[in-house]
Amino acid sequence: MAQNGSGSVAQAVAAHQDEIFSEWLALQMESGALRSGRIKEAELRTQCRAFLEVLREGLAEGGTDADAPVFGRAKEMLTEVSRSRGMQGFTPTETAAFVFSLKRPMFNALNRAIEAAASEGGGAVRAASAATARYTWDVTLLLDQLGLHTMEVFLKTREEVIARQGREISELSTPVVKLWDGVLALPLIGTLDSERTQVVMENLLQTIVDQSAEIAIIDITGVPTVDTLTAQHLLKTVAAARLMGADCIVSGIRPQIAQTMVHLGVELDVTSKATLADAFRVALTRIGRAVVKAPRVEAPAAGRR
Amino acid sequence: MDRIPVLKLGDALLVTVQVDMHDRLAAALEEDLTGRIAATGAKGVLIDISSLEIVDSFIGRMLDTIAAVSRMLDADTVVVGMRPAVAITLVELGLELRGVRTALNVERGMALIGRRSDAGRGGDDGGGDRDGPAAEDIDDDGG
Amino acid sequence: MEAAAVFEIRSSDDVVRVRQEVRARAVAAGFGLVDQTKIVTAASELARNTLDHGGGGAVRVESVSQGGRRGVRLTFEDQGPGIPDVEQALKDGFTTGRGLGLGLGGSKRLSNEFAIDSAPGRGTRVTIARWNSR
Repeated sequence: MAQNGSGSVAQAVAAHQDEIFSEWLALQMESGALRSGRIKEAELRTQCRAFLEVLREGLAEGGTDADAPVFGRAKEMLTEVSRSRGMQGFTPTETAAFVFSLKRPMFNALNRAIEAAASEGGGAVRAASAATARYTWDVTLLLDQLGLHTMEVFLKTREEVIARQGREISELSTPVVKLWDGVLALPLIGTLDSERTQVVMENLLQTIVDQSAEIAIIDITGVPTVDTLTAQHLLKTVAAARLMGADCIVSGIRPQIAQTMVHLGVELDVTSKATLADAFRVALTRIGRAVVKAPRVEAPAAGRR
Repeated sequence: MDRIPVLKLGDALLVTVQVDMHDRLAAALEEDLTGRIAATGAKGVLIDISSLEIVDSFIGRMLDTIAAVSRMLDADTVVVGMRPAVAITLVELGLELRGVRTALNVERGMALIGRRSDAGRGGDDGGGDRDGPAAEDIDDDGG
Repeated sequence: MEAAAVFEIRSSDDVVRVRQEVRARAVAAGFGLVDQTKIVTAASELARNTLDHGGGGAVRVESVSQGGRRGVRLTFEDQGPGIPDVEQALKDGFTTGRGLGLGLGGSKRLSNEFAIDSAPGRGTRVTIARWNSR
C-alpha cells in the first residue's frame, strides 16, 4: 500500500518537478525570503533545486517516512540549510518557511496528477480520488517531519552560537593588565560563576608566568556578590599563585560583601586592601618602589638654557 | 642508578628536577642534598620543578621532607618554576606546601636566599652577592 | 588507540607508565592543560595507592564519551587488605602507609565522578572519570 501510494506521489513529483520548483521559489520570494538580504536569489534557487532533486530521489525509492534512510540526503541538505541560516541570523519562521512553503506546490502537483488521471475516465477516476486523501496525508506527514528536523537543527545551531558567545564574553571580561614591571591587576566585573572563575584563574596564573610578575592584584570592586563558592575560588587562585612564587592582594571588597563573607564563615586569609590604589601602593613597596611627589617642571624650554 | 645532579650556585644548591620521579630517585635526592648541605654549608636549596608536568602528593611529600631537613641544617628551601596547571591541581588536591618557599624562577629564588643570608648574618659575610637584586627592600614585606 | 586497555601496577615504574597512558588519553579526548594535569595527578595518586596499600594491582584505562562530551575513565583494582572504613579513608590526612594521606580524598576532588568499593579482605576498586570541560 505504502509502496503504491508513495509511488504515485513520486510520479506526481517527478512529472511536475519544474512547476513545483517555480511555484515554490515564487512562494518563498513572495513571503519575503530575500527581503532581509541575507541570501541571494541565485543561492536560494540552487538550494531549492538541489533539495527537490534529493526529495524526488527519496520518493522514487519508495519512502514517505522522513526517518527512512532514503531521505538521509534530504535531511543532510536541510541540516546544512538550517545551520547556515541559524548562523546568519535568520528568524525561526524564515528558516522553517523553506520546508513548509513546499506544501502548496506539492499539493498542486498531486491535484494535477489526479486531474490527468480523471481525464482518462473510467476506473482511474475512482482509484485516484480514493487515493487523494492518503497521498495528502503522506505528503503532509513527510514535510512536517522534515520541517521539525529543520527547526531542531536551527535551535541547536543557535544554542551553539550562544555558548560560543558566552565563552567569548567570559574571556573578554577578564583582562589581566600590567600596572608596573612585575605587578599585574585583574579587575573583575560581574558575577563570578565557577566556570568563569576557572578561566580567570588560568588566565591570571599564565600571565604571572609570562610576565614573571611577583604580585597580582585581584580587584573585586565590580563584583556585586560573593558567595561561598566564589570566595573559595578566589582563595584557590591565591594559593595557586603562592605555589608558583607570586603574591596576590585582593582589593575592593565592599562592606556588605565583607559582612556576608564573615557570616558565611569564609575568611579570606590574604592581604586585602580597600581600593585598587591602596593595593598598588603596597605592591610597589614590596618590589622596592615608591611614589614620590616630583618637583613641578616650569616649562619645557627651561631645560635647554 | 640515576641520580639528580646537585649544583652549587654561590651560597645555594640548585637541583633541577627534569624526569618523572620514582621512589628510589626521590630517596637518593633527599640523601644527596642532606650530604651536600652539610658539606658545603649552603644557606639555601633551590629546587627547579619547571619541567615537571605533574606534582602529586608523593613529590609534594618529598619537597616537604627536603625543606624540613634543610631547615634543621639551617638552609632555606625554595621551590621554583611551578607551572600554573600544576599549581591549580595541587591546590585542588589539598597540598599547600606550607613548609617551603616559592619563587617564579631560579633568579628570583636566588634573590630570596640572598636576602635571607643578608638579613640573617648582617654584614659579617663577605659573600659576593651583597650587591645583587637581594639588596633592595628587605623590610617592607610586612604588608 | 583502543577504547580500553589494562595496565599492571607492580612497581614505581608502572606508576610512571600509567601517568603517560592517562596523559595520552586526556590529550586525545581534547582536554585542556589544566584538565589533563588534574586527571593525570589523580591517576598518579590512585596508582600509588594501589601499589603501596593494595600490594599491587591493575588499572583499566578507558576513553569514554557521553552526550557529545569526551572523557577518561580509570578503574583501579587490587587484591590487598581493603579499607575497613571508607568514609574515614576519604578524609584528608588519613593514611596507613606513606604519603600525605591525600590520595583518596584528593583524587576525588580532581575527578568529576568517583566511586569506591572496598571491604576488609576483599581488596579495593576505585573508579574515577573526568570529562572534558571545554
